[in-house]
Amino acid sequence: MKKSIYRKFRRNIIFFTLLVSFTPLILLGGIIYYNFVRVYEEKIEDQVKYRAKSQCNTVEVFLRERVAILSTLVDTHSFEYLKQQTNLSHIFDVISRRTDGLVDIGVIDGSGQHIAYSGPYDLAGLNYYHTFWFNEVMSKGKYISDVFMGFRKSPHFIIAVRGHNNGKNWVLRTTIDPDLFHQLVRTAQTGRSGDAYIINKDGIFQTGTRFSGSILGQSNLDTKLFGEGTSLVEKIKLNGRVKYYAGAWLKNNDWLLVISQDVSEEMAGLLTTRNFAILILSLGCLAIIYTTIITTKMTVQRLEKANDGINELNAQLMHSDKLAALGKMAAGIAHEINNPLAVIGEKAGWMRDLLMDEAFTNSDSYKEYSVSIDKIEEHVERARKITHNMLGFIRKMEPRLDDVDINGVLNQTVGLMQNQARLNNITIQMEFDPNIPIIASDQSQLQQVFLNLISNAIDAIEIGKSKEGRINLKTWQKNEYVFISIEDNGPGIPKESERKIFDPFFTTKKTGKGTGLGLSISYNIIEKMGGMINFENKAPQGIVFTIKLPVVLPEKK
Amino acid sequence: MGIFRILIVDDEVDFLETIVNRLKKRKLDAIGVTSGEAALDLLAEQLFDVVLLDIKMPGGMDGIETLREIKKIRPLTEVLLLTGHASVETSIEGMKLGAFDYLLKPIKLEELLQKLAAAFGKKSTHDKKIQDAKIQELIRYPSKVFEQDKKE
Repeated sequence: MKKSIYRKFRRNIIFFTLLVSFTPLILLGGIIYYNFVRVYEEKIEDQVKYRAKSQCNTVEVFLRERVAILSTLVDTHSFEYLKQQTNLSHIFDVISRRTDGLVDIGVIDGSGQHIAYSGPYDLAGLNYYHTFWFNEVMSKGKYISDVFMGFRKSPHFIIAVRGHNNGKNWVLRTTIDPDLFHQLVRTAQTGRSGDAYIINKDGIFQTGTRFSGSILGQSNLDTKLFGEGTSLVEKIKLNGRVKYYAGAWLKNNDWLLVISQDVSEEMAGLLTTRNFAILILSLGCLAIIYTTIITTKMTVQRLEKANDGINELNAQLMHSDKLAALGKMAAGIAHEINNPLAVIGEKAGWMRDLLMDEAFTNSDSYKEYSVSIDKIEEHVERARKITHNMLGFIRKMEPRLDDVDINGVLNQTVGLMQNQARLNNITIQMEFDPNIPIIASDQSQLQQVFLNLISNAIDAIEIGKSKEGRINLKTWQKNEYVFISIEDNGPGIPKESERKIFDPFFTTKKTGKGTGLGLSISYNIIEKMGGMINFENKAPQGIVFTIKLPVVLPEKK
Repeated sequence: MGIFRILIVDDEVDFLETIVNRLKKRKLDAIGVTSGEAALDLLAEQLFDVVLLDIKMPGGMDGIETLREIKKIRPLTEVLLLTGHASVETSIEGMKLGAFDYLLKPIKLEELLQKLAAAFGKKSTHDKKIQDAKIQELIRYPSKVFEQDKKE
């Protein structure tokens, strides 16, 4: 019952302590982590966006440069000049030496006929009149195509510029080296999972990619996500992996440069940090739990111990209160009984006196009267003993201080009891320390205590009766105390009676044999002298009472 | 005046009558009264060797007051306190006021006789003092003593 209260108490303390310490800890950890992640993500987004934009510029510049070269050629050279194969080859040589990325160059007249060509393929003589790009360049003046297979059966794209000489339109066309272009785009790739490529409006790859697909393949990226013109960042979940996509439109919103980055790779550092933080947090929590449980346990244990002490003290106080109350009650009863008892006693005595007259002595019933009066007197005497003992119980006379020789008092007491002991076949053994000091105490009260204890011992042995009676008296001194022990080999007392042994009116003797006041009076006397009576119940091998008295040396006279 | 004169004061009439009878039967001159006032009146007129005084007497003067008054008028008369109500305070007070002893009811007649004898003994060992006191008392209360002597 009591244990469970402490358990509940301990559980509550632990619960609230942990709640109070964990809540802010975890909240703080969570908030910091959340904000950190957000900042980190923003940083990654910015970075990816920036890369897309700058790479877009690079590609635009590359294309513009190539367009500019062709435009310059068209503006500075005549159709007649350029359609000469040797002239074209010479110019292409010069251009190839100064710049890279051009695979070939060709001149096409207004009817789509390929007139002159310099490059690795055999394309001269082909007619382009019906191709989409030819029509575009003829109408718009310049044109950059998407990647296509064309006549040469390999992915490439071309830049074409329209020339105008002598009222005739013609076209200068060049093919861009797809590998070089791809490399250019690829410089924006970072890390192990980064990718950079270009797709057209329809989602067709214009360059090779690292992970997403091969050139001219269909991308599954929705180009509409990227709006128009400006670069945007989207977080897209593909195949269970979260990726950042940044896109920037180039070539008049024909092409979309896409930079992609795997979130988990970019976040790897953060995740490590997060795991480390979680580890530290967990260790911290464990430490808190451990400390809380240990300290709470210790605290509650201390409390329990202290409470036990207080309870014991309370029990003792209650016990002495009870003793005092009982004592007062006993005294009150004794007072009320003493007066009628005195009358009864005196009347009986008077009857005895009258019985002495000759008239009565000769009466037939003289003996009966005499015996009856004896009985009355005997029982008045019995009642008198009880009431006087009860009064003695509360008699709080200041102990008179005599010079007391404990051994002497014991000897005297044993002398008084010797006859009774001998009658009951009991030997009284004495082992006295001859060196114990004379102390200042109340001799008659001490004698009463010794008398009580020895006569109790005799009565106890009498109850047991089976063996040879033996009472052991010992005295010794230890530090500031004199000890007197009285041991008998009677049956001891039942365990359940131990607590009540010093209670007034508690007795194990037969009705009428004891009042149950002897030990309680003895206890009070010794307590008032600053000493203590303890007992060690060795049932069924008897009981040892030990009196502990402080050594108070008599004043020198 | 060869015999001891004992005045017994107790409000318990049954007790008083019986004890007086028993003492008389033992050739002691015992007189009983039931209140402190009556005792004082009697003491003013007569000489007693010992007064046996109950402490708790509801209604009139209690034992301690009576004792105080007795000691005023008869300082050499020994007083034995006898009561069923033993309390530390009254017993100490009684002894301080000059009571010879303090006895607790019920008491065995033998014990009482012993105590009475002791009280008488104390008187007789100071016989001379008593004689002197009697002379003093004769001087103080001559008429009453004479009257008393005449009666006897």
